Amino acid sequence: MASSFARVLSSKRKVGILSLVGAGSLTVGFFLNREQHVNAGANVRRIYPPSAEYPDLRKHNNCMASHLTPAVYAKLCDKSTPNGYTLDEAIQTGVDNPGHPFIKTVGMVAGDEESYEVFADLFNPVIKERHNGYDPCTMKHPTDLDSSKIRGGNFDEKYVLSSRVRTGRSIRGLSLPPACTRAERREVERVVIDAVAGLKGDLAGKYYSLTLMTDQEQQQLIDDHFLFDKPVSPLLTCAGMARDWPDARGIWHNNEKTFLVWVNEEDHTRVISMEKGGNMKRVFERFCKGLLEVERLIQEKGWEFMWNEHLGYILTCPSNLGTGLRAGVHVTLPRLSKDPRFPKILDNLRLQKRGTGGVDTAAVGSTFDISNLDRLGQSEVQLVQTVIDGVNYLIECEKRLEKGQDIKIPAPISQFK
Amino acid sequence: MPFGNTHNNFKLNYSADEEYPELSKHNNHMAKALTKEIYAKLRDKQTPTGYTLDDVIQTGVDNPGHPFIMTVGCVAGDEESYEVFKELLDPIISDRHNGYKATDKHKTDLNFENLKGGDDLDPNYVLSSRVRTGRSIKGYALPPHNSRGERRAVEKLSVEALNSLDGEFKGKYYPLKSMTDAEQEQLIADHFLFDKPVSPLLLAAGMARDWPDARGIWHNENKTFLVWVNEEDHLRVISMQQGGNMKEVFKRFCVGLQRIEEIFKKHNHGFMWNEHLGFVLTCPSNLGTGLRGGVHVKLPKLSTHAKFEEILTRLRLQKRGTGGVDTASVGGVFDISNADRLGSSEVEQVQCVVDGVKLMIEMEKKLEKGESIDSMIPAQK
Repeated sequence: MASSFARVLSSKRKVGILSLVGAGSLTVGFFLNREQHVNAGANVRRIYPPSAEYPDLRKHNNCMASHLTPAVYAKLCDKSTPNGYTLDEAIQTGVDNPGHPFIKTVGMVAGDEESYEVFADLFNPVIKERHNGYDPCTMKHPTDLDSSKIRGGNFDEKYVLSSRVRTGRSIRGLSLPPACTRAERREVERVVIDAVAGLKGDLAGKYYSLTLMTDQEQQQLIDDHFLFDKPVSPLLTCAGMARDWPDARGIWHNNEKTFLVWVNEEDHTRVISMEKGGNMKRVFERFCKGLLEVERLIQEKGWEFMWNEHLGYILTCPSNLGTGLRAGVHVTLPRLSKDPRFPKILDNLRLQKRGTGGVDTAAVGSTFDISNLDRLGQSEVQLVQTVIDGVNYLIECEKRLEKGQDIKIPAPISQFK
Repeated sequence: MPFGNTHNNFKLNYSADEEYPELSKHNNHMAKALTKEIYAKLRDKQTPTGYTLDDVIQTGVDNPGHPFIMTVGCVAGDEESYEVFKELLDPIISDRHNGYKATDKHKTDLNFENLKGGDDLDPNYVLSSRVRTGRSIKGYALPPHNSRGERRAVEKLSVEALNSLDGEFKGKYYPLKSMTDAEQEQLIADHFLFDKPVSPLLLAAGMARDWPDARGIWHNENKTFLVWVNEEDHLRVISMQQGGNMKEVFKRFCVGLQRIEEIFKKHNHGFMWNEHLGFVLTCPSNLGTGLRGGVHVKLPKLSTHAKFEEILTRLRLQKRGTGGVDTASVGGVFDISNADRLGSSEVEQVQCVVDGVKLMIEMEKKLEKGESIDSMIPAQK
């Protein structure tokens, strides 16, 4: 469970809090006069009426296109966040990427924390559609990082090859990857490097900046499957997330290579806990411990993560709101994966399958990446438990099929608990 | 480009040093010219449409360049960019355009009658002739920066202008977003169709936003005069035909351009032009005439001669493969065109091509006979 200190901070305006916390960092002072330099809405240049600017979405299939009616566009098109982020910027990626008949992408991003508020008339229905009916206006999102609540979580390693939990965190007060300036991005890097440098014991590690890493370091990171590259997906490049690459991007990992932080890729940070084998419980324990420790370390310097009680942790893509958590395993299911009931079983267990290369890859042999479908509306503990229970069920099915026994499609589990 | 870097007022909370891009591994004109001092001086400025220094340089920051090929590394978002960011763009223009000075004047000459010869390039060697340029419509932001509304307005105005042409210029507009499969196949077969840019140089500058909205191709019935709308520039105008009659190609080019310009002027939206920079286009490399006049010519022997590159340089010409920029030649056939854009007129540049290609064909013929061409190598023009 996130510390109560964080909850107190997030309920106050940032200008007031930081003067209470005290200036541990040279950059804190900047917050106090940031808002005076900005004229919200001043940069929105409007020489044509909204109808002349409304994008042509007739051939589009993404969540943004489904909900951006001309009326919503007209209402929001001349608004901007305090940092100057506009609706046109938020939707650009969805305009440029019409989508796929089978895969419905989100089609919009946030440029900063305030985007979710200023453009709520568009974000809310998109969030509702993407997160299976979660209503940001009326519902509250539970955050729970108490790993002691997990039951089980030690998988049969005859089937489970590896276990992994990832999430993202954004630093409050700094713009997100689609909109950040170079200086802001460098600030994010500094804040994170500072914090992870304070990690000790099994979490002690080292930071590798993308601009400065040696060829040798690069090769090692590739061999460990840790290195991330400049985004090539047009979904990301059209949103401006690859600007100034590789400036202020980097990878931190602990010496044991079980806890990893990506800096300034698709989000300010992506935090990953992983291990070979089936000990998901330990992976999640390290995940929670590491996250809470990093949070404590940034708070010492007067920073905090973006979070609110309706949307949970604030990240760049609306699909990652809430927990931003994807907990999964690489599991071999040769018989079950060929059973025609496999997709329905996964669906009812609220799990999704991906290839072992991650999103948009195919499975190799019969090894799949199985992870939670949901992100928002359930806590971290709840989602990881869902994965544990679900994967156990899948392994049970596989074992039964091995013995020639029949399997059952489980009853669908409820989404919002 | 409507991204975070345009929020200038907010950015000023950080010092110039904190925002200055990391350019130590870069090799492009922008990286050479953008000192910390210039960055500090220009970072708080913006054009009337809101285009900022960071917008200008984004493509150069995102594309460090190549050890052999020096790209420009910056673009204009509107006509005023060249004025507001003068201190950065003037040295870049000078570097790219053979020392062109901030005080120099550029000569425009679209009088096709001033071209000497050009109707007699040997068709056994010259397969096709082509002249292209770009034009920007005054009063509208350029492709890196324009909104959907502006881009559509440029399209509307352009289509109106083009549809009013008659005679040899009578033609039809094919918008990219609504062309039929049959039309698309025909345009591909004619080598007319342009596609969404894939070059990171263009993508990083925001020129592919909202594709294919308000993009299209217009061409005349004879398929000898073609206009691209809202690709890298507001308009790209192309005159072309099989064979070596560059004189005819250039005449059609000049006449067509002048007819189109008249119509735009009537709507109070003439072309962007000034006496220092000539025609104003998105990329500084296309200032002046924006003209590339060239031929596809067979030079299998000359192209393998040790002095080929030097001959081209002295004739103020450049070679490309037959697929256009950044392609290789196929079967000894090269695309030979003028190297200059700014500081000489349209007539002068096409004259270089006509005279130069004529000379190179003579050289090729000599080499075919096994004779030396040493006495024919020209002095630097």
